[in-house]
Amino acid sequence: MSEDKKSTRGAYGDALLELGEADENIVVLDADLAKSTTSIKFAKVFPDRFFDCGVAEQNMMCTAAGLATTGKICYTGSFAIFATGRAYEQVRNTIVYSGLNVKMCPSHSGITVGEDGASHQTVEDIALMRVIPGLKVVVPADYYEAKAAIKAAARIEGPFYIRLGRPSVPIIFNNDYEFNLGKAIKLKDGSDATIFAIGIMVSASLEAAKILEKEGINAEVINVSSIKPIDVNTIIESVEKTRKVVTAEEHSVIGGLGSAVAEVLCERLPAPIRMVGIKDLFGLSGSIPELLEYFHLTPQDIVLAVKNLVYQ
Amino acid sequence: MSRSELRKRIEEKSLILRRDIIRMTGEAGSGHPGGSLSAADIVSTLYFYQLRHRPAEPKWRERDRFVLSKGHVAPVLYAALAESGYFSRDILWTLRKMGSILQGHPDMKKVPGVEISSGSLGQGLAVANGIALGGKLDQLDYRVYVLIGDGESQEGIVWEAAMFAAHYKLDNVTAILDYNGLQIDGTVSEVMEIRPIVDKWRAFGWHVIEIDGHNVLAIIDAFAEANTIKEKPTMIVAHTVKGKGVSFMENAIDFHGKAPTKEQMKEALKELGEVDC
Ligand SMILES: Cc1ncc(C[n+]2csc(CCOP(=O)(O)OP(=O)(O)O)c2C)c(N)n1
Ligand SMILES: [Mg+2]
Repeated sequence: MSEDKKSTRGAYGDALLELGEADENIVVLDADLAKSTTSIKFAKVFPDRFFDCGVAEQNMMCTAAGLATTGKICYTGSFAIFATGRAYEQVRNTIVYSGLNVKMCPSHSGITVGEDGASHQTVEDIALMRVIPGLKVVVPADYYEAKAAIKAAARIEGPFYIRLGRPSVPIIFNNDYEFNLGKAIKLKDGSDATIFAIGIMVSASLEAAKILEKEGINAEVINVSSIKPIDVNTIIESVEKTRKVVTAEEHSVIGGLGSAVAEVLCERLPAPIRMVGIKDLFGLSGSIPELLEYFHLTPQDIVLAVKNLVYQ
Repeated sequence: MSRSELRKRIEEKSLILRRDIIRMTGEAGSGHPGGSLSAADIVSTLYFYQLRHRPAEPKWRERDRFVLSKGHVAPVLYAALAESGYFSRDILWTLRKMGSILQGHPDMKKVPGVEISSGSLGQGLAVANGIALGGKLDQLDYRVYVLIGDGESQEGIVWEAAMFAAHYKLDNVTAILDYNGLQIDGTVSEVMEIRPIVDKWRAFGWHVIEIDGHNVLAIIDAFAEANTIKEKPTMIVAHTVKGKGVSFMENAIDFHGKAPTKEQMKEALKELGEVDC
Protein backbone atom coordinates (compact mmCIF):
# COMPACT_ATOMS: atom_id res chain seq x y z
CA MET A 1 0.00 0.00 0.00
CA SER A 2 1.50 3.35 -0.92
CA GLU A 3 1.76 5.93 1.87
CA ASP A 4 -0.36 8.49 0.08
CA LYS A 5 -3.36 6.18 0.29
CA LYS A 6 -4.90 4.46 3.30
CA SER A 7 -8.34 3.15 4.17
CA THR A 8 -10.59 4.80 6.73
CA ARG A 9 -11.38 1.39 8.22
CA GLY A 10 -7.66 1.00 8.84
CA ALA A 11 -7.92 3.98 11.15
CA TYR A 12 -10.44 2.10 13.28
CA GLY A 13 -8.06 -0.58 14.54
CA ASP A 14 -5.27 1.95 15.01
CA ALA A 15 -7.48 4.39 16.92
CA LEU A 16 -8.88 1.60 19.09
CA LEU A 17 -5.38 0.53 20.07
CA GLU A 18 -4.54 4.02 21.25
CA LEU A 19 -7.88 4.41 22.99
CA GLY A 20 -7.61 1.02 24.66
CA GLU A 21 -4.17 1.85 25.95
CA ALA A 22 -5.30 5.14 27.45
CA ASP A 23 -8.63 4.11 28.92
CA GLU A 24 -9.69 0.86 30.56
CA ASN A 25 -13.31 1.68 29.91
CA ILE A 26 -12.99 1.17 26.17
CA VAL A 27 -14.80 -2.03 25.15
CA VAL A 28 -15.08 -3.27 21.57
CA LEU A 29 -17.70 -5.51 19.98
CA ASP A 30 -17.80 -6.95 16.52
CA ALA A 31 -20.03 -9.38 14.64
CA ASP A 32 -17.72 -11.85 12.93
CA LEU A 33 -16.10 -9.09 10.90
CA ALA A 34 -13.24 -8.11 13.17
CA LYS A 35 -10.71 -8.81 10.43
CA SER A 36 -12.54 -6.61 7.93
CA THR A 37 -13.25 -3.74 10.30
CA THR A 38 -9.70 -4.05 11.73
CA SER A 39 -11.02 -4.27 15.30
CA ILE A 40 -8.96 -7.47 15.44
CA LYS A 41 -5.99 -5.25 16.24
CA PHE A 42 -7.67 -4.28 19.49
CA ALA A 43 -8.83 -7.84 20.13
CA LYS A 44 -5.28 -9.14 20.01
CA VAL A 45 -3.92 -6.63 22.50
CA PHE A 46 -6.95 -6.38 24.78
CA PRO A 47 -8.69 -9.77 24.51
CA ASP A 48 -10.54 -9.22 27.80
CA ARG A 49 -12.24 -6.12 26.47
CA PHE A 50 -13.21 -7.49 23.08
CA PHE A 51 -16.35 -9.53 22.52
CA ASP A 52 -17.22 -11.16 19.26
CA CYS A 53 -21.00 -11.40 19.06
CA GLY A 54 -21.05 -13.80 16.16
CA VAL A 55 -23.23 -13.04 13.17
CA ALA A 56 -25.85 -11.27 15.27
CA GLU A 57 -25.81 -7.52 14.75
CA GLN A 58 -29.03 -6.74 16.60
CA ASN A 59 -27.69 -8.54 19.63
CA MET A 60 -24.38 -6.71 19.31
CA MET A 61 -26.10 -3.31 19.44
CA CYS A 62 -28.17 -4.11 22.52
CA THR A 63 -25.22 -5.69 24.30
CA ALA A 64 -23.28 -2.51 23.59
CA ALA A 65 -26.15 -0.53 25.10
CA GLY A 66 -26.04 -2.62 28.26
CA LEU A 67 -22.28 -2.20 28.55
CA ALA A 68 -22.67 1.54 28.11
CA THR A 69 -25.06 1.73 31.08
CA THR A 70 -22.23 0.42 33.25
CA GLY A 71 -19.93 3.26 32.25
CA LYS A 72 -18.12 1.56 29.39
CA ILE A 73 -17.40 3.39 26.15
CA CYS A 74 -18.47 0.81 23.67
CA TYR A 75 -17.31 0.67 20.03
CA THR A 76 -19.14 -1.56 17.56
CA GLY A 77 -18.06 -2.80 14.15
CA SER A 78 -19.67 -4.85 11.34
CA PHE A 79 -20.46 -3.63 7.83
CA ALA A 80 -22.46 -0.42 7.42
CA ILE A 81 -25.42 -2.15 5.81
CA PHE A 82 -25.86 -4.59 8.70
CA ALA A 83 -25.06 -2.13 11.48
CA THR A 84 -27.65 0.35 10.21
CA GLY A 85 -30.09 -1.86 8.33
CA ARG A 86 -30.32 -5.12 10.22
CA ALA A 87 -29.96 -3.46 13.60
CA TYR A 88 -31.79 -0.21 12.83
CA GLU A 89 -34.41 -0.50 15.46
CA GLN A 90 -31.98 -1.63 18.16
CA VAL A 91 -29.88 1.42 17.34
CA ARG A 92 -32.86 3.73 17.41
CA ASN A 93 -34.78 2.46 20.41
CA THR A 94 -32.14 1.06 22.69
CA ILE A 95 -28.98 3.02 21.97
CA VAL A 96 -29.97 6.47 20.75
CA TYR A 97 -33.31 6.96 22.51
CA SER A 98 -31.47 6.27 25.75
CA GLY A 99 -28.54 8.48 24.71
CA LEU A 100 -26.06 5.72 25.48
CA ASN A 101 -22.34 5.95 24.98
CA VAL A 102 -22.05 3.63 21.99
CA LYS A 103 -19.80 4.53 19.08
CA MET A 104 -20.87 2.72 15.93
CA CYS A 105 -18.02 2.64 13.44
CA PRO A 106 -18.91 0.14 10.73
CA SER A 107 -16.82 -0.31 7.64
CA HIS A 108 -17.69 -1.14 4.01
CA SER A 109 -20.08 1.75 3.46
CA GLY A 110 -21.09 2.90 -0.01
CA ILE A 111 -20.39 1.18 -3.29
CA THR A 112 -16.61 1.01 -2.88
CA VAL A 113 -17.13 -2.37 -1.26
CA GLY A 114 -16.62 -3.45 -4.87
CA GLU A 115 -17.11 -7.01 -6.06
CA ASP A 116 -19.45 -8.17 -3.26
CA GLY A 117 -22.21 -6.17 -4.90
CA ALA A 118 -25.49 -4.58 -3.84
CA SER A 119 -26.32 -6.74 -0.80
CA HIS A 120 -23.16 -5.42 0.86
CA GLN A 121 -23.16 -1.86 -0.46
CA THR A 122 -25.21 0.55 1.59
CA VAL A 123 -26.22 3.70 -0.25
CA GLU A 124 -28.72 4.73 2.41
CA ASP A 125 -26.97 4.42 5.79
CA ILE A 126 -26.40 8.15 6.25
CA ALA A 127 -30.08 8.76 5.58
CA LEU A 128 -31.10 6.13 8.12
CA MET A 129 -28.76 7.39 10.83
CA ARG A 130 -29.27 11.09 10.16
CA VAL A 131 -32.98 10.93 10.91
CA ILE A 132 -32.57 9.38 14.34
CA PRO A 133 -33.09 12.23 16.80
CA GLY A 134 -29.85 13.42 18.38
CA LEU A 135 -27.51 10.87 16.81
CA LYS A 136 -24.18 12.33 15.77
CA VAL A 137 -23.18 11.33 12.25
CA VAL A 138 -19.65 11.65 10.92
CA VAL A 139 -18.23 10.72 7.50
CA PRO A 140 -14.44 11.02 7.53
CA ALA A 141 -12.64 11.88 4.31
CA ASP A 142 -9.36 10.07 4.91
CA TYR A 143 -7.42 7.88 7.29
CA TYR A 144 -6.31 10.72 9.57
CA GLU A 145 -9.71 12.33 9.84
CA ALA A 146 -11.21 8.91 10.57
CA LYS A 147 -8.68 8.27 13.30
CA ALA A 148 -9.20 11.69 14.85
CA ALA A 149 -13.00 11.34 14.74
CA ILE A 150 -12.98 7.85 16.25
CA LYS A 151 -10.79 9.08 19.07
CA ALA A 152 -12.78 12.28 19.59
CA ALA A 153 -15.98 10.26 19.90
CA ALA A 154 -14.63 8.66 23.06
CA ARG A 155 -14.41 12.10 24.68
CA ILE A 156 -17.90 13.23 23.65
CA GLU A 157 -20.73 11.72 25.64
CA GLY A 158 -23.45 9.93 23.69
CA PRO A 159 -24.00 7.81 20.61
CA PHE A 160 -22.10 8.26 17.35
CA TYR A 161 -22.30 6.88 13.85
CA ILE A 162 -18.93 7.08 12.09
CA ARG A 163 -19.03 5.86 8.51
CA LEU A 164 -15.90 4.04 7.39
CA GLY A 165 -14.92 2.49 4.09
CA ARG A 166 -13.07 -0.45 2.66
CA PRO A 167 -10.75 0.95 -0.02
CA SER A 168 -7.49 2.80 0.29
CA VAL A 169 -8.23 6.45 -0.37
CA PRO A 170 -5.96 9.48 -0.81
CA ILE A 171 -4.50 11.07 2.31
CA ILE A 172 -5.65 14.66 2.79
CA PHE A 173 -4.77 15.41 6.41
CA ASN A 174 -1.94 14.34 8.72
CA ASN A 175 -1.41 12.97 12.20
CA ASP A 176 -1.84 16.42 13.79
CA TYR A 177 -5.34 16.79 12.42
CA GLU A 178 -7.86 17.73 15.07
CA PHE A 179 -11.43 16.68 14.60
CA ASN A 180 -14.04 19.23 15.62
CA LEU A 181 -17.57 17.90 15.79
CA GLY A 182 -20.01 20.27 14.09
CA LYS A 183 -17.32 22.06 12.13
CA ALA A 184 -16.99 21.90 8.34
CA ILE A 185 -13.51 22.33 6.93
CA LYS A 186 -12.75 24.58 3.99
CA LEU A 187 -10.03 22.86 1.98
CA LYS A 188 -9.88 25.29 -0.92
CA ASP A 189 -11.04 28.86 -1.30
CA GLY A 190 -13.14 29.78 -4.28
CA SER A 191 -15.74 32.27 -5.48
CA ASP A 192 -17.66 30.74 -8.40
CA ALA A 193 -19.31 27.74 -6.75
CA THR A 194 -19.11 25.72 -3.53
CA ILE A 195 -18.55 21.99 -3.58
CA PHE A 196 -19.66 20.37 -0.33
CA ALA A 197 -18.30 16.86 -0.10
CA ILE A 198 -17.92 13.91 2.26
CA GLY A 199 -15.91 10.70 2.40
CA ILE A 200 -14.07 9.62 -0.71
CA MET A 201 -15.72 12.44 -2.64
CA VAL A 202 -13.64 15.04 -0.79
CA SER A 203 -10.44 14.13 -2.60
CA ALA A 204 -12.43 13.76 -5.83
CA SER A 205 -13.73 17.30 -5.29
CA LEU A 206 -10.23 18.67 -4.74
CA GLU A 207 -9.22 17.07 -8.01
CA ALA A 208 -12.30 18.49 -9.73
CA ALA A 209 -11.44 21.94 -8.42
CA LYS A 210 -7.99 21.68 -10.00
CA ILE A 211 -9.47 20.74 -13.34
CA LEU A 212 -11.97 23.60 -13.09
CA GLU A 213 -9.25 26.06 -12.24
CA LYS A 214 -7.55 25.32 -15.55
CA GLU A 215 -10.80 26.33 -17.21
CA GLY A 216 -11.01 29.55 -15.24
CA ILE A 217 -13.63 28.40 -12.72
CA ASN A 218 -12.74 28.97 -9.10
CA ALA A 219 -14.55 26.44 -6.92
CA GLU A 220 -14.55 26.39 -3.13
CA VAL A 221 -14.25 22.91 -1.56
CA ILE A 222 -15.67 22.19 1.87
CA ASN A 223 -15.46 18.90 3.74
CA VAL A 224 -18.70 18.39 5.67
CA SER A 225 -17.50 15.34 7.62
CA SER A 226 -19.71 16.33 10.52
CA ILE A 227 -23.06 15.65 8.86
CA LYS A 228 -24.87 15.99 12.15
CA PRO A 229 -24.54 18.37 13.82
CA ILE A 230 -23.99 20.23 10.56
CA ASP A 231 -22.01 23.46 10.35
CA VAL A 232 -24.73 25.89 9.30
CA ASN A 233 -22.52 28.97 9.56
CA THR A 234 -19.76 27.71 7.28
CA ILE A 235 -22.31 26.55 4.71
CA ILE A 236 -24.17 29.86 4.69
CA GLU A 237 -21.00 31.91 4.66
CA SER A 238 -19.67 30.10 1.62
CA VAL A 239 -22.91 30.13 -0.33
CA GLU A 240 -23.44 33.84 0.37
CA LYS A 241 -20.26 34.29 -1.60
CA THR A 242 -20.68 31.71 -4.39
CA ARG A 243 -24.48 31.37 -4.69
CA LYS A 244 -23.96 28.05 -6.45
CA VAL A 245 -23.85 24.65 -4.77
CA VAL A 246 -22.68 21.19 -5.71
CA THR A 247 -22.81 18.34 -3.21
CA ALA A 248 -20.76 15.19 -3.66
CA GLU A 249 -21.23 11.93 -1.76
CA GLU A 250 -20.86 8.20 -2.15
CA HIS A 251 -24.44 7.71 -1.00
CA SER A 252 -27.92 8.06 -2.39
CA VAL A 253 -28.86 11.63 -3.26
CA ILE A 254 -31.93 10.93 -1.16
CA GLY A 255 -31.34 11.65 2.48
CA GLY A 256 -27.59 12.11 2.55
CA LEU A 257 -25.26 15.10 2.33
CA GLY A 258 -27.17 16.71 -0.56
CA SER A 259 -30.36 16.61 1.44
CA ALA A 260 -28.64 17.89 4.58
CA VAL A 261 -27.14 20.88 2.75
CA ALA A 262 -30.43 21.56 0.99
CA GLU A 263 -32.23 21.53 4.34
CA VAL A 264 -29.88 24.22 5.60
CA LEU A 265 -30.10 26.38 2.50
CA CYS A 266 -33.76 26.17 1.56
CA GLU A 267 -34.80 27.92 4.75
CA ARG A 268 -32.06 30.52 4.94
CA LEU A 269 -30.44 31.09 1.61
CA PRO A 270 -32.07 29.34 -1.36
CA ALA A 271 -29.50 28.61 -4.05
CA PRO A 272 -29.33 26.28 -7.02
CA ILE A 273 -27.93 22.87 -6.08
CA ARG A 274 -26.60 19.98 -8.14
CA MET A 275 -26.20 16.70 -6.31
CA VAL A 276 -23.46 14.30 -7.30
CA GLY A 277 -24.38 10.98 -5.73
CA ILE A 278 -26.16 7.72 -6.38
CA LYS A 279 -29.47 8.27 -8.13
CA ASP A 280 -31.89 6.03 -6.26
CA LEU A 281 -30.11 2.86 -7.34
CA PHE A 282 -28.74 -0.24 -5.65
CA GLY A 283 -25.05 -1.01 -6.01
CA LEU A 284 -23.45 -3.52 -8.33
CA SER A 285 -20.51 -5.92 -8.53
CA GLY A 286 -17.43 -4.54 -10.19
CA SER A 287 -14.04 -3.05 -9.57
CA ILE A 288 -14.00 0.18 -7.60
CA PRO A 289 -12.93 2.41 -10.53
CA GLU A 290 -15.59 0.82 -12.75
CA LEU A 291 -18.24 1.38 -10.10
CA LEU A 292 -17.26 4.99 -9.47
CA GLU A 293 -17.55 5.66 -13.18
CA TYR A 294 -20.84 3.78 -13.52
CA PHE A 295 -22.45 5.65 -10.63
CA HIS A 296 -21.04 9.02 -11.77
CA LEU A 297 -18.86 9.58 -8.74
CA THR A 298 -15.66 10.74 -10.48
CA PRO A 299 -13.95 14.15 -10.42
CA GLN A 300 -15.25 14.59 -14.00
CA ASP A 301 -18.82 14.19 -12.77
CA ILE A 302 -18.22 16.92 -10.20
CA VAL A 303 -16.66 19.14 -12.88
CA LEU A 304 -19.73 18.69 -15.05
CA ALA A 305 -22.08 19.51 -12.19
CA VAL A 306 -20.19 22.72 -11.41
CA LYS A 307 -20.12 23.77 -15.06
CA ASN A 308 -23.79 23.01 -15.37
CA LEU A 309 -24.40 25.64 -12.69
CA VAL A 310 -21.80 28.18 -13.72
CA TYR A 311 -22.70 28.27 -17.41
CA GLN A 312 -26.42 28.06 -16.76
CA MET B 1 -38.24 -13.96 59.63
CA SER B 2 -40.07 -17.24 59.04
CA ARG B 3 -40.94 -18.27 55.54
CA SER B 4 -44.61 -17.73 56.15
CA GLU B 5 -43.96 -14.24 57.47
CA LEU B 6 -41.75 -13.53 54.51
CA ARG B 7 -44.40 -14.77 52.19
CA LYS B 8 -47.01 -12.59 53.83
CA ARG B 9 -44.78 -9.54 53.62
CA ILE B 10 -44.09 -9.97 49.91
CA GLU B 11 -47.69 -10.82 49.08
CA GLU B 12 -48.79 -7.61 50.77
CA LYS B 13 -46.45 -5.74 48.46
CA SER B 14 -47.78 -7.65 45.44
CA LEU B 15 -51.25 -6.52 46.40
CA ILE B 16 -50.13 -2.90 46.54
CA LEU B 17 -48.57 -3.26 43.10
CA ARG B 18 -51.76 -4.81 41.71
CA ARG B 19 -53.92 -2.00 43.07
CA ASP B 20 -51.52 0.57 41.70
CA ILE B 21 -51.52 -1.08 38.28
CA ILE B 22 -55.33 -0.92 38.18
CA ARG B 23 -55.51 2.65 39.37
CA MET B 24 -52.70 3.84 37.11
CA THR B 25 -54.12 2.34 33.94
CA GLY B 26 -57.66 3.25 34.99
CA GLU B 27 -56.70 6.88 35.52
CA ALA B 28 -54.66 6.92 32.31
CA GLY B 29 -57.46 5.35 30.29
CA SER B 30 -54.90 3.21 28.47
CA GLY B 31 -51.99 0.88 29.14
CA HIS B 32 -51.32 -2.79 29.68
CA PRO B 33 -52.85 -4.23 32.85
CA GLY B 34 -52.87 -7.94 31.90
CA GLY B 35 -49.13 -8.55 31.64
CA SER B 36 -48.48 -6.17 34.52
CA LEU B 37 -50.66 -8.26 36.80
CA SER B 38 -49.11 -11.55 35.68
CA ALA B 39 -45.68 -10.20 36.55
CA ALA B 40 -46.67 -8.57 39.86
CA ASP B 41 -45.46 -11.35 42.16
CA ILE B 42 -42.17 -11.70 40.32
CA VAL B 43 -41.53 -7.97 40.37
CA SER B 44 -42.53 -7.56 43.99
CA THR B 45 -40.28 -10.46 45.05
CA LEU B 46 -37.45 -8.77 43.19
CA TYR B 47 -37.92 -5.28 44.59
CA PHE B 48 -38.99 -6.14 48.12
CA TYR B 49 -36.78 -9.15 48.74
CA GLN B 50 -34.18 -10.07 46.17
CA LEU B 51 -32.60 -6.94 44.70
CA ARG B 52 -29.66 -5.32 46.41
CA HIS B 53 -30.50 -1.70 45.67
CA ARG B 54 -30.58 1.77 47.15
CA PRO B 55 -33.64 3.74 46.06
CA ALA B 56 -32.06 6.95 47.38
CA GLU B 57 -28.98 6.26 45.25
CA PRO B 58 -30.36 4.83 42.00
CA LYS B 59 -26.96 4.86 40.24
CA TRP B 60 -25.16 3.01 43.06
CA ARG B 61 -22.48 1.08 41.15
CA GLU B 62 -22.86 -2.18 42.98
CA ARG B 63 -26.64 -2.45 42.75
CA ASP B 64 -28.35 -5.46 41.25
CA ARG B 65 -30.06 -4.51 38.01
CA PHE B 66 -33.57 -5.25 36.83
CA VAL B 67 -34.21 -5.01 33.10
CA LEU B 68 -37.84 -4.95 32.04
CA SER B 69 -37.63 -6.38 28.56
CA LYS B 70 -41.39 -6.51 28.07
CA GLY B 71 -41.58 -2.77 28.46
CA HIS B 72 -45.32 -2.51 27.88
CA VAL B 73 -45.85 -3.62 31.48
CA ALA B 74 -44.30 -0.38 32.66
CA PRO B 75 -47.08 0.05 35.26
CA VAL B 76 -45.81 -2.83 37.40
CA LEU B 77 -42.27 -1.45 37.26
CA TYR B 78 -43.36 2.11 38.07
CA ALA B 79 -45.46 0.85 40.97
CA ALA B 80 -42.52 -1.13 42.36
CA LEU B 81 -40.17 1.83 41.97
CA ALA B 82 -42.58 4.20 43.71
CA GLU B 83 -43.26 1.73 46.52
CA SER B 84 -39.49 1.31 46.93
CA GLY B 85 -39.10 5.07 47.24
CA TYR B 86 -37.41 5.98 43.94
CA PHE B 87 -40.04 8.67 43.43
CA SER B 88 -43.25 9.90 45.02
CA ARG B 89 -46.36 7.77 44.72
CA ASP B 90 -48.31 10.84 43.56
CA ILE B 91 -46.45 10.60 40.28
CA LEU B 92 -48.03 7.20 39.57
CA TRP B 93 -51.33 8.84 38.68
CA THR B 94 -49.69 10.89 35.94
CA LEU B 95 -48.93 7.75 33.89
CA ARG B 96 -49.09 8.38 30.13
CA LYS B 97 -50.08 12.01 30.59
CA MET B 98 -48.41 14.91 28.85
CA GLY B 99 -45.37 16.06 30.82
CA SER B 100 -45.18 12.97 33.02
CA ILE B 101 -41.91 11.16 33.65
CA LEU B 102 -43.95 7.98 33.39
CA GLN B 103 -44.09 7.49 29.65
CA GLY B 104 -46.21 4.73 28.15
CA HIS B 105 -43.06 2.62 28.00
CA PRO B 106 -40.08 3.09 30.36
CA ASP B 107 -37.64 5.89 29.59
CA MET B 108 -34.38 5.58 31.55
CA LYS B 109 -33.59 9.24 31.06
CA LYS B 110 -36.78 10.29 32.81
CA VAL B 111 -37.34 7.80 35.61
CA PRO B 112 -34.88 7.08 38.43
CA GLY B 113 -34.40 3.35 38.81
CA VAL B 114 -35.19 2.43 35.21
CA GLU B 115 -32.05 0.70 33.94
CA ILE B 116 -32.82 0.83 30.23
CA SER B 117 -35.53 2.27 28.04
CA SER B 118 -37.69 -0.50 26.62
CA GLY B 119 -40.94 -1.07 24.79
CA SER B 120 -39.64 -2.58 21.62
CA LEU B 121 -39.86 -6.26 22.44
CA GLY B 122 -36.91 -8.62 22.34
CA GLN B 123 -34.07 -6.36 23.32
CA GLY B 124 -33.83 -6.67 27.09
CA LEU B 125 -31.87 -9.90 27.37
CA ALA B 126 -29.11 -8.57 25.13
CA VAL B 127 -29.00 -5.40 27.21
CA ALA B 128 -28.86 -7.48 30.39
CA ASN B 129 -25.93 -9.41 28.92
CA GLY B 130 -24.10 -6.15 28.28
CA ILE B 131 -24.71 -5.02 31.86
CA ALA B 132 -23.52 -8.42 33.09
CA LEU B 133 -20.34 -8.20 31.01
CA GLY B 134 -19.73 -4.73 32.44
CA GLY B 135 -20.06 -6.17 35.95
CA LYS B 136 -17.56 -8.90 35.21
CA LEU B 137 -15.10 -6.43 33.67
CA ASP B 138 -15.39 -4.21 36.74
CA GLN B 139 -15.20 -7.20 39.09
CA LEU B 140 -18.44 -6.22 40.74
CA ASP B 141 -20.63 -9.06 41.92
CA TYR B 142 -24.01 -7.55 41.13
CA ARG B 143 -26.62 -9.69 39.41
CA VAL B 144 -28.78 -8.77 36.45
CA TYR B 145 -32.42 -9.83 36.35
CA VAL B 146 -34.42 -9.59 33.17
CA LEU B 147 -38.13 -10.19 32.64
CA ILE B 148 -39.20 -11.53 29.25
CA GLY B 149 -42.68 -12.20 27.87
CA ASP B 150 -43.72 -15.47 26.27
CA GLY B 151 -44.98 -13.74 23.13
CA GLU B 152 -41.80 -11.69 23.20
CA SER B 153 -39.82 -14.92 23.05
CA GLN B 154 -40.79 -15.18 19.41
CA GLU B 155 -38.31 -12.40 18.61
CA GLY B 156 -35.12 -13.71 17.01
CA ILE B 157 -32.82 -11.45 19.01
CA VAL B 158 -33.92 -13.20 22.22
CA TRP B 159 -32.19 -16.32 20.92
CA GLU B 160 -29.15 -14.44 19.72
CA ALA B 161 -28.84 -13.13 23.25
CA ALA B 162 -29.52 -16.57 24.72
CA MET B 163 -26.57 -17.93 22.76
CA PHE B 164 -24.38 -15.01 23.79
CA ALA B 165 -25.08 -15.36 27.51
CA ALA B 166 -24.24 -19.06 27.47
CA HIS B 167 -21.16 -18.55 25.29
CA TYR B 168 -19.73 -15.93 27.64
CA LYS B 169 -20.80 -17.94 30.72
CA LEU B 170 -22.81 -15.07 32.17
CA ASP B 171 -23.75 -16.70 35.45
CA ASN B 172 -24.65 -13.26 36.80
CA VAL B 173 -27.70 -13.16 34.51
CA THR B 174 -31.05 -14.47 35.71
CA ALA B 175 -33.88 -14.28 33.21
CA ILE B 176 -37.51 -14.79 34.14
CA LEU B 177 -40.06 -15.84 31.55
CA ASP B 178 -43.55 -14.56 32.34
CA TYR B 179 -45.26 -17.58 30.84
CA ASN B 180 -48.86 -16.36 30.90
CA GLY B 181 -49.77 -18.11 27.66
CA LEU B 182 -51.30 -15.05 26.03
CA GLN B 183 -50.17 -12.38 23.61
CA ILE B 184 -52.20 -9.92 21.51
CA ASP B 185 -53.63 -11.95 18.68
CA GLY B 186 -54.50 -14.95 20.82
CA THR B 187 -52.86 -17.63 22.91
CA VAL B 188 -49.16 -18.11 22.41
CA SER B 189 -49.86 -21.65 21.22
CA GLU B 190 -52.25 -20.40 18.55
CA VAL B 191 -50.19 -17.47 17.37
CA MET B 192 -46.71 -19.00 17.38
CA GLU B 193 -45.94 -21.97 19.57
CA ILE B 194 -42.88 -21.53 21.76
CA ARG B 195 -42.95 -25.00 23.34
CA PRO B 196 -40.99 -26.96 24.35
CA ILE B 197 -39.66 -23.81 25.94
CA VAL B 198 -37.75 -25.45 28.79
CA ASP B 199 -35.95 -27.74 26.35
CA LYS B 200 -35.13 -24.79 24.12
CA TRP B 201 -33.42 -22.82 26.88
CA ARG B 202 -31.59 -25.94 28.07
CA ALA B 203 -30.44 -26.61 24.52
CA PHE B 204 -29.10 -23.06 24.41
CA GLY B 205 -26.90 -23.86 27.39
CA TRP B 206 -28.94 -22.34 30.21
CA HIS B 207 -29.78 -23.66 33.64
CA VAL B 208 -33.58 -23.78 33.70
CA ILE B 209 -35.92 -23.75 36.70
CA GLU B 210 -39.68 -24.12 36.28
CA ILE B 211 -41.98 -22.61 38.89
CA ASP B 212 -45.43 -21.23 39.65
CA GLY B 213 -44.85 -17.54 39.08
CA HIS B 214 -47.42 -16.53 41.69
CA ASN B 215 -45.85 -18.52 44.52
CA VAL B 216 -43.48 -16.02 46.06
CA LEU B 217 -41.61 -18.64 48.07
CA ALA B 218 -40.99 -20.59 44.87
CA ILE B 219 -39.74 -17.38 43.26
CA ILE B 220 -37.40 -16.76 46.20
CA ASP B 221 -36.08 -20.31 46.02
CA ALA B 222 -35.52 -20.06 42.28
CA PHE B 223 -33.52 -16.83 42.72
CA ALA B 224 -31.47 -18.54 45.43
CA GLU B 225 -30.81 -21.53 43.19
CA ALA B 226 -29.79 -19.24 40.32
CA ASN B 227 -27.23 -17.62 42.62
CA THR B 228 -25.51 -20.97 43.12
CA ILE B 229 -25.16 -21.83 39.43
CA LYS B 230 -21.68 -21.19 38.06
CA GLU B 231 -20.62 -20.58 34.45
CA LYS B 232 -24.18 -20.67 33.15
CA PRO B 233 -27.00 -18.16 32.99
CA THR B 234 -30.30 -19.16 34.57
CA MET B 235 -33.78 -19.01 33.09
CA ILE B 236 -36.72 -19.19 35.44
CA VAL B 237 -39.78 -20.30 33.50
CA ALA B 238 -42.57 -18.83 35.61
CA HIS B 239 -46.05 -20.14 34.88
CA THR B 240 -48.41 -17.25 35.40
CA VAL B 241 -51.95 -16.11 34.73
CA LYS B 242 -52.43 -12.98 32.68
CA GLY B 243 -54.57 -10.51 34.61
CA LYS B 244 -53.88 -12.39 37.88
CA GLY B 245 -55.77 -11.11 40.91
CA VAL B 246 -58.74 -9.50 39.15
CA SER B 247 -61.34 -12.13 38.28
CA PHE B 248 -62.65 -10.52 35.10
CA MET B 249 -59.16 -9.81 33.84
CA GLU B 250 -57.73 -13.28 34.42
CA ASN B 251 -56.96 -14.99 31.11
CA ALA B 252 -58.89 -12.26 29.30
CA ILE B 253 -56.97 -11.53 26.11
CA ASP B 254 -58.57 -8.11 25.75
CA PHE B 255 -56.99 -6.81 28.93
CA HIS B 256 -53.57 -7.13 27.38
CA GLY B 257 -53.65 -3.57 26.18
CA LYS B 258 -56.95 -2.20 27.43
CA ALA B 259 -57.38 -0.18 30.58
CA PRO B 260 -60.28 -0.79 32.94
CA THR B 261 -63.17 1.64 32.72
CA LYS B 262 -63.91 3.69 35.84
CA GLU B 263 -66.55 1.13 36.83
CA GLN B 264 -64.21 -1.79 36.24
CA MET B 265 -61.51 0.04 38.15
CA LYS B 266 -63.73 0.27 41.22
CA GLU B 267 -64.73 -3.35 40.96
CA ALA B 268 -61.13 -4.49 40.52
CA LEU B 269 -59.91 -2.41 43.45
CA LYS B 270 -62.65 -3.88 45.64
CA GLU B 271 -61.51 -7.38 44.67
CA LEU B 272 -57.99 -6.38 45.53
CA GLY B 273 -59.11 -5.40 49.01
CA GLU B 274 -59.14 -1.64 48.73
CA VAL B 275 -61.79 -0.37 51.07
CA ASP B 276 -62.23 3.32 50.36
CA CYS B 277 -62.46 3.37 46.59
C1 LIG C 1 -40.83 -5.38 18.47
C2 LIG C 1 -42.24 -5.21 18.90
N1 LIG C 1 -43.24 -5.73 18.13
C3 LIG C 1 -44.52 -5.58 18.51
C4 LIG C 1 -44.86 -4.92 19.66
C5 LIG C 1 -46.31 -4.71 20.04
N2 LIG C 1 -46.64 -5.57 21.22
C6 LIG C 1 -46.71 -5.04 22.44
S1 LIG C 1 -47.03 -6.22 23.60
C7 LIG C 1 -47.11 -7.43 22.43
C8 LIG C 1 -47.39 -8.85 22.83
C9 LIG C 1 -46.44 -9.34 23.84
O1 LIG C 1 -46.83 -10.55 24.37
P1 LIG C 1 -46.11 -11.11 25.63
O2 LIG C 1 -44.65 -11.03 25.46
O3 LIG C 1 -46.65 -12.47 25.89
O4 LIG C 1 -46.49 -10.05 26.75
P2 LIG C 1 -47.43 -10.24 28.04
O5 LIG C 1 -48.35 -11.35 27.78
O6 LIG C 1 -46.50 -10.54 29.15
O7 LIG C 1 -48.09 -8.92 28.21
C10 LIG C 1 -46.88 -6.92 21.17
C11 LIG C 1 -46.89 -7.71 19.93
C12 LIG C 1 -43.79 -4.37 20.41
N3 LIG C 1 -44.01 -3.66 21.52
N4 LIG C 1 -42.51 -4.57 20.03
MG1 LIG D 1 -47.77 -13.36 27.32
